[in-house]
Amino acid sequence: MSKILIVAEHANGKLNAGVAKVVAAAQKIGGEIDVAVFATDGSAVAAEAAKLAGVSKVLQADNAANDHALAVVLTSQIVELASKGYSHVLVPGTTFGKDLAPRVAAKLGVPQVSDVMAVHSASSFDRPTYAGNAITTVEAPAGTIVATVRLASFNAVAAGNGASVEKVSVAASASANTKFVSLQAAKADRPDLQSAARVVSGGRALGSSENFSIIYKLADKIGAGVGASRAAVDSGYVPNDMQVGQTGKIIAPELYFAIGISGAIQHLAGIKDARTIVAINKDPEAPIFEVADFGLVGDLFQVVPELEGKL
Amino acid sequence: MKVLVSVKRVVDYNVRIQIKPDGSGVVTDGVKHSMNPFDEIAMEEAVRQKEKGKVTEIIAVTLGGAKNEETLRTALAFGADRAIHVKEEGEIQPLTAARALAALVKKEGAQVLFTGKQAIDDDANQTGQMTAALLDLPQATFASKVELDAGKATVTREIDAGLETLEVTLPAVITTDLRLNEPRYLKLPDIMKAKKKPIETVSFADLGVQPAPGLKTVKTAPPPSRSKGIMVKTVDELVSALKAKGLV
Ligand SMILES: Cc1cc2nc3c(=O)[nH]c(=O)nc-3n(C[C@H](O)[C@H](O)[C@H](O)COP(=O)(O)OP(=O)(O)OC[C@H]3O[C@@H](n4cnc5c(N)ncnc54)[C@H](O)[C@@H]3O)c2cc1C
Ligand SMILES: Nc1ncnc2c1ncn2[C@@H]1O[C@H](COP(=O)(O)O)[C@@H](O)[C@H]1O
Repeated sequence: MSKILIVAEHANGKLNAGVAKVVAAAQKIGGEIDVAVFATDGSAVAAEAAKLAGVSKVLQADNAANDHALAVVLTSQIVELASKGYSHVLVPGTTFGKDLAPRVAAKLGVPQVSDVMAVHSASSFDRPTYAGNAITTVEAPAGTIVATVRLASFNAVAAGNGASVEKVSVAASASANTKFVSLQAAKADRPDLQSAARVVSGGRALGSSENFSIIYKLADKIGAGVGASRAAVDSGYVPNDMQVGQTGKIIAPELYFAIGISGAIQHLAGIKDARTIVAINKDPEAPIFEVADFGLVGDLFQVVPELEGKL
Repeated sequence: MKVLVSVKRVVDYNVRIQIKPDGSGVVTDGVKHSMNPFDEIAMEEAVRQKEKGKVTEIIAVTLGGAKNEETLRTALAFGADRAIHVKEEGEIQPLTAARALAALVKKEGAQVLFTGKQAIDDDANQTGQMTAALLDLPQATFASKVELDAGKATVTREIDAGLETLEVTLPAVITTDLRLNEPRYLKLPDIMKAKKKPIETVSFADLGVQPAPGLKTVKTAPPPSRSKGIMVKTVDELVSALKAKGLV
């Protein structure tokens, strides 16, 4: 039977919403599911994790060295825990997980499975390649299976469980070679892009950060998160954490608005799982219309304010 | 300081890939290939650091078959001083690539290994981190700003929460993200000059590298396709369509 260790991503004493989706992926594998919390004081995060349906126990590893989530510091602790009979180590497919999982896998001498989007068996998974234009079914070799989970592919498990929380002691020391300097945090005054049910994204066509305000207005009207194409980020209209796509965030909202976005394959890679896609573009030939459920040809500077007024 | 830059040959990012009808993989024969875009960014960064006087020698490395020589020529045209071709036919997965890169970082005494954050074919996003692990070196992934100083690098990283800055001691592995720089257009004289620069060819055996256990690809399939929806003519029509579906 599988014994699965999930590494809990967290910040400011709160469990990342993606962890409940990783638990859902773990349930598809089946077996015992434990969640490890590495923090200076992980009590609050561990208590949240213990509520997730399907979790057997939560391992709370408190250590001053876990002040910031540094892959160098976390890896040895995960490797130590993993050696206690775990068949799988799963982490969310976020920048946290992508930074960490390969380091753990290399230390265990095993390959890593990136962006698990479906589970066929305890060792066989689907994952996207070529910007999601090819879905590859892979079979992992013998040994611990280390994987990141593509959050857009799984629905969060419910809360309401009461798993036990165990304090564990694993060796950890601050890294002599890596020092956290600062975090310029993204403003969090809108729904989180990765978990929002609705997302409004703007592209190069917005032309400036001032003009982007019409995207924010529409988003606020419908309680949506805000995203952007790479071109909009590169042009400095919005910060990097808003990029949606192959190399940005992969999202699966109920409703997605692509406004002034052409629909390059790298952008589409991030929205393939959106339930409904609405495209607004002045070019009737824009590739985004090939995938949109509803398309409207028009000048966004007229269409978007009108739409905002009528919703 | 010496730096190593890994450059992978991949199907060009503009190509609409085709899946082989028997599900055995993606059609790559006769398809335009180029340097992985993140590796162009890595090359550009190394060259800029050299222009700033922080770097003295840039060594480009590729792993793969005979055709990878093109990729190395591109790296040399960017401004690499010399190149190493780890010539091995067939698929090379991240852990194996990491073993070879680790061996080369050691052999060359490189202070920084620049890799792309991800190769746009396998979309793995693993090789840099794995190399750092194998060498017990610090890693700074998804870099959007790099400052090199004697013995250390200050790196700003693009993470989900915003921009994080880390200070790592050298040697270190740095993986590049899109906003680190904009790679230059290669000029003909540089492309000509690149033809005369040296390429050393080595094998895994020469480097003492054993291929690592890998993932077996069972099959490759196209993603479920999205059907083309409907075009609406007015905002009113759009609003009623969204209301009818209960979306707003
Ligand atoms: C390695 C790599 C990784 C990448 N990763 C990503 C990624 O993660 N995410 C991503 O988004 N991109 C990514 N890209 C970039 C991608 O290829 C495209 O360049 C980018 O998505 C284009 O952004 P855009 O649609 O905003 O701009 P454009 O392609 O310039 O499109 C602008 C659109 O706006 C329309 N328009 C202009 N004016 C108006 C108006 N007034 N009203 C309405 N419509 C108007 C135009 O018709 C056009 O369709 C990546 C590229 C590479 C090489
Ligand atoms: N075969 C290869 N040759 C050269 N560099 C590689 C190779 N495979 C991976 N890399 C490097 O590792 C980075 C990340 O690749 P991946 O882990 O496959 O997404 C790439 O951007 C390259 O810099």
